[in-house]
Amino acid sequence: MPLVIGKDAGTLEKVKQIDNYYGFQNGITGKDLFLEGIKQAEKLDIEIVSDEVTNIIYDGNFTVVTRNFEYKSKTIVLATGSSRKAPKIKGIRELEGKGVSYCAVCDAFFYRNKNVAVLGEGDYALAEAEHLLPIAKKVTLITDGKEAVQNRSFEIDINEKKIKEVRGIESVDSVIFEDETTLETDGVFIAIGTASSTDLARKLGAVIKENNVEVDDNMMTNVPGLFAAGDCTGGILQISKAIYEGTKAGLSIKKYLDKK
Amino acid sequence: MSVLKITSENYENEVTNSEVPVLLDFWASWCGPCKMIAPIVDEVAEIVKAKVKVGKVDVDTEVELASSFKVMSIPTLVYIKNGEIEKTSVGVKSKSEILEMIEQ
Repeated sequence: MPLVIGKDAGTLEKVKQIDNYYGFQNGITGKDLFLEGIKQAEKLDIEIVSDEVTNIIYDGNFTVVTRNFEYKSKTIVLATGSSRKAPKIKGIRELEGKGVSYCAVCDAFFYRNKNVAVLGEGDYALAEAEHLLPIAKKVTLITDGKEAVQNRSFEIDINEKKIKEVRGIESVDSVIFEDETTLETDGVFIAIGTASSTDLARKLGAVIKENNVEVDDNMMTNVPGLFAAGDCTGGILQISKAIYEGTKAGLSIKKYLDKK
Repeated sequence: MSVLKITSENYENEVTNSEVPVLLDFWASWCGPCKMIAPIVDEVAEIVKAKVKVGKVDVDTEVELASSFKVMSIPTLVYIKNGEIEKTSVGVKSKSEILEMIEQ
């Protein structure tokens, strides 16, 4: 049975008036269009869960980890919209692979007994920190000026100051805050906000190009059973394109599952 | 051409003294993305055949070798010509991106 997991209406929540989507002569608000779609899906007995996905694990099948639960599936469609661009903090781009990482499970090994920082403020950042805690010497959550999520199930050092720069020559050695204080660290793991389609796809091993999830003509990524549709695959950021890609993904999934 | 297993023992022979450029894929068994790039690297090896030597380094069993390349994130691809590092790339890349990286 199909299951839809979403935190909120996403980009549509902010759109006041949509005048160019077929079928609405007086236009429609993004939120109303979103809600109409949800009601339509529920009428077709599609289960909709309001929750936040913090991780997806692949072992031939998928385990989707949310804040409250875990779900198993043979296929996944990522459709969380376009990802925010890489944080505009000096040093992050330059030090990618040299202390700046996007995948705690992949790279924790290199930080055995070292100090690390997780850049983020929500449950996604906490999920990444949890992977690092048993391996690293010390883990600090750095939120870049945002308030860290409150309901934490484990102890962690938190620094909520605004960040000026991630510094290092050959590799990361410190984080400098805007008040010129310093946090000595050997690694910075990026996990800002909620996990985007790009974040989740990257950690599964999908090819990412220009911050978009790369898909073939069947809307499938290079990870078997992992599909993506809508703004997260890049291109024209329009509802009509997202619907088209969703249709293609749905039809491709049926073919994929029939073959399995 | 299949992908060679590169270790600290055969490194000098296979990489430093290689007559052709070498592409190294640093990976580990716990790394999901490394498993996803593996078939892509295999395909690249088939395409380039003897023009570029393609090898894999398991960072778990070859800690010192990985450390000498300052690998801190996997998967990492390293393109070596005449024993010198020409290019490094971190993360899963497409076949065309890898072929471009190794000038093929």
